[in-house]
Amino acid sequence: MSQELICITCPMGCHLTVEKVADGELSVSGNRCPRGVVYAREELFAPKRTVTATARAARACSGEAACAPSGEARLGGAPRRVPVRSTAAFPKDKVPALLEAIYALEVELPVESGKVLLADALGTGIDVIATRSIR
Amino acid sequence: MKPGSDSFDVAIVGAGVSGANIARRLSAYELDVVLVEKEADVSFGTSKANSGIVHGGFHHNKKYLKARLELQGAMMFDRLKAELDFPFERCGIVVAAMHEDEMRPIEQLYMQGVENGVIGIEMCSRERMLELEPKLSEDCVGGLYAPGGGIVEPYRFVFSLVENAQKNGVRLMTGFAVESAKREGERWTVKAADGRSIKARYVVNAAGLFADEVSRAFGAEDFAIHARKGEYYLLDRMTKCKPARVVFPVPTSVSKGMLVIPTVEGTVLIGPTATAVQDKTDLATTREELDTILKSARNMIPSVSETDVITSFAGLRPFMEEDFYIEPSKKAPAFIQVAGIQSPGLTASPAIGEYVKDLLKKEGLKLVEKADWDPFVRKVPRAKDLSPYELDELVKKDPAYGEIVCRCERVTEAEIVEAIRRGHVTLDGIKYFTRAQMGRCQGGFCTYKILKIIMRETGMGWDEITKRGEGSSVLRGEL
Amino acid sequence: MKEMRFDAAVVGGGAAGMAAALEFAARGLTCAVIEREEQLGGILMQCIHNGFGLIEFNEELSGPEFAERFEEKVRKTAITPLCSTTVIEMEVEGEEKVLSCVSSGLGVIRLRAKAVVLAMGCRERNRGNIRIPGSRPAGVYTAGLAQRLVNIEGYVPGKDVVIIGSGDIGLIMARRMSWVGCKVHAVVEILPYPSGLTRNIVQCLNDFGIPLYLSHLTTNIYGKDRVEGVEITPIENGALMLEKSFKIPCDTVLLSVGLVPENELSKNMGIEINPMTNGPYVDACLMTNIPGVFACGNVLHVHDLVDFVVEEARRAGAFAAEWLAGKRGGKEVRVKAGPNVRYVSPSKVAPARDNKLYLRTLVVKNDAVLEVKLNNKIVRQVKKSHVQPSEMITLTLGQAELEAAASAPDSVLEISIQ
Repeated sequence: MSQELICITCPMGCHLTVEKVADGELSVSGNRCPRGVVYAREELFAPKRTVTATARAARACSGEAACAPSGEARLGGAPRRVPVRSTAAFPKDKVPALLEAIYALEVELPVESGKVLLADALGTGIDVIATRSIR
Repeated sequence: MKPGSDSFDVAIVGAGVSGANIARRLSAYELDVVLVEKEADVSFGTSKANSGIVHGGFHHNKKYLKARLELQGAMMFDRLKAELDFPFERCGIVVAAMHEDEMRPIEQLYMQGVENGVIGIEMCSRERMLELEPKLSEDCVGGLYAPGGGIVEPYRFVFSLVENAQKNGVRLMTGFAVESAKREGERWTVKAADGRSIKARYVVNAAGLFADEVSRAFGAEDFAIHARKGEYYLLDRMTKCKPARVVFPVPTSVSKGMLVIPTVEGTVLIGPTATAVQDKTDLATTREELDTILKSARNMIPSVSETDVITSFAGLRPFMEEDFYIEPSKKAPAFIQVAGIQSPGLTASPAIGEYVKDLLKKEGLKLVEKADWDPFVRKVPRAKDLSPYELDELVKKDPAYGEIVCRCERVTEAEIVEAIRRGHVTLDGIKYFTRAQMGRCQGGFCTYKILKIIMRETGMGWDEITKRGEGSSVLRGEL
Repeated sequence: MKEMRFDAAVVGGGAAGMAAALEFAARGLTCAVIEREEQLGGILMQCIHNGFGLIEFNEELSGPEFAERFEEKVRKTAITPLCSTTVIEMEVEGEEKVLSCVSSGLGVIRLRAKAVVLAMGCRERNRGNIRIPGSRPAGVYTAGLAQRLVNIEGYVPGKDVVIIGSGDIGLIMARRMSWVGCKVHAVVEILPYPSGLTRNIVQCLNDFGIPLYLSHLTTNIYGKDRVEGVEITPIENGALMLEKSFKIPCDTVLLSVGLVPENELSKNMGIEINPMTNGPYVDACLMTNIPGVFACGNVLHVHDLVDFVVEEARRAGAFAAEWLAGKRGGKEVRVKAGPNVRYVSPSKVAPARDNKLYLRTLVVKNDAVLEVKLNNKIVRQVKKSHVQPSEMITLTLGQAELEAAASAPDSVLEISIQ
């Protein structure tokens, strides 16, 4: 029995045809690179998604206008949200729990892009990092 | 009058262009005047969505009050503009005949215009028409030219009138929907749906589409105001079809037809349709009617293109009979009806202000001129109209003029703040005052900035901001 | 009024602007980047999702990360970033271009530069552009505005959402709105195929069970004060099936119905615009009809990957730097979009060197062949396993293919999809 999948590893979106051969082995066609095979295996047995969201900024920050000629952010003020992402694709069934954990965070400012905000999230070994420096 | 008092000499119901002109006119006298409006801001009804034309004085016979007031009102706009700083221009009006059969009505309009004393009115050959308006279709066979006709931003006109009225002591109460009224002795007590109430010796019913309901609430005449819907398309200011003058088709018995209007602020408006509707709040546009507009506009100006469309909208205009209904009620005392103000209501409105003032005097209201009446409003510099040098000078005085909030219409933070300080705190109110969100991106880029400025300037919470008053909340949650 | 003088001015500080500016800096030329927002990065700053930088950095970054990498490079150079600054007018004055820029801190600056790179990006088409009838309640937003509100400002525009158009921003927002606790009821697309990338259909719609209505037109928006619903009508064989219309209740409508390069400044300067792309006509050096004015990124034509944007911008910057050094283009060949091709950018190629071309197909097709003809002679054929309008096709043509053009006058290069 074959199954149609669309590889989402990259924006190419290869249309994969996956067939289960004996002993849990898969035969994958339609992929334009080896990542398609990896994706098909994962998607069938342990689907994962990269999670991106925002977390609450804990306190006001006066920066952000570093390059404004006036040195003053007229409409800026304190950013209220810090963008974050998981450092790797996350088990799909645990995404809602991860989002809850992210929404519960309070990120101290200033923050540097790449800073780990949630280490080993839900015991997966995957971190959640800030994706924007707010100084 | 004591500040905060709820007792007035005159209460005007409805802050559209009629009510605003009446209020402003009365503000010149030693009177306590209140202007009540059911919407969140003034000019939010019929006065915000119409063609914005100061008519040429040839469409109606002088036997009608509306024609006489139109002719008188049209002459008043130059002075009003000088005093009130709203966009107005006498760009002229042409009526284009697209078929030989239409030349007969053109002649009749011309004769009517001459009869009405319209200055400079001209019957035009095909060549003259194409010279006056080169964007016209080659199929044009002739037409009419009225050089005195013009274009105006109707909401800015109303905003300025109300602002000036307030400056001269008129009190404005928005969100005041008249629910009931009672005559006690020499005074009316007027109750609003939200429980507020005011007292006034005289009441003017300028409630537009809802003048029938207001009349009934006062126990005055029982009449019905019907709504006619007019749909429009707004075209980008960079459109190639922009005519130099307002282009009218030859009118039909029911309407002046669908026009191509070069708006005073540089965009182009095409429309309106004219459809009777039952629901007086039905401002929905329809696919069929919008298609009709495009076809009709293209018939006169072939370069009208749907790719230039930036938005569509509809306005409702009241109609009850052939003419305006402006007279003291025969049933309710000290109650002046200003109803059925259809086209040319905007043009006539300054004269309506005069006319109603005179009616009130006849009804016994004592008019004593104020010694210190100030006819002017403080001008707001608009970045879009300034040279780079002028803008530079302005930024030195107020850095907020250096922050372009709306890129499409080049509106600065300072202008948004000015709108808010003058009481326009809804997204639509700010739009009509400043033009921010009115351009080609329709607020895609600037809305979030305006929301932040409203919150900063007024202290309102995110959940209090609306597009145009109660029920039209903009945001539904906070992270 | 202050005056400033640079070798080059870049209008727009997004990915394209920064990438172009870095080319000037690398060659020791002075350069200003004029950006209207408070920080560099452009629209990337609100694109907090991942998927940026696969080609550029060989990893998947979020928008702000991608932008920050470029911003750091910019900060290490002598490039002058002028943020919170809006260009209000561009003129040509002899050999120089004069840009009138306004900011709250400096007032109006007259910024003089010998070369200008346009990198203003694009704007979203809105409800008026696609003429959806109905009422005009609160709750109708472009997907990009909603993205800004949710991702940067931290506000949720509505709870029950219908998305009109299946462009990428709309799809990304379908997931984003779902992840902040909203219910996305439908995505409605007029075409028989989605406008966004396939991967976004999978991970933004399918993952959440959001129905995608293809070949459906939004025929009405309901609601007096706030949106109450939309009416959707199927299209069959090109006709609206009004009797099959149905209503979806919602309080919010997000529009993702295409992007338009933002060229009003360019038009006012006298730059000629290609109606197929809404971007300037450019030659093989990405130069517009005004000598010394170049264009790149989404202001030239709408790209689907930021990686392609920076690649194009680098070339624009490099060409502009060469132009400043006195190098003038040699012979060029006109490029024509042939059958099944919507457009090819740029509109000219130089036969003497390699040319990178971007094109979009008009059709969805498997096992397609990209055919390149020079003066009606096939010079190149490329097999494509799958083409669709939402995915830009890239193509490099060099001397090998274009040799014949060097001798023939009035050569035409035609690219088609068979």
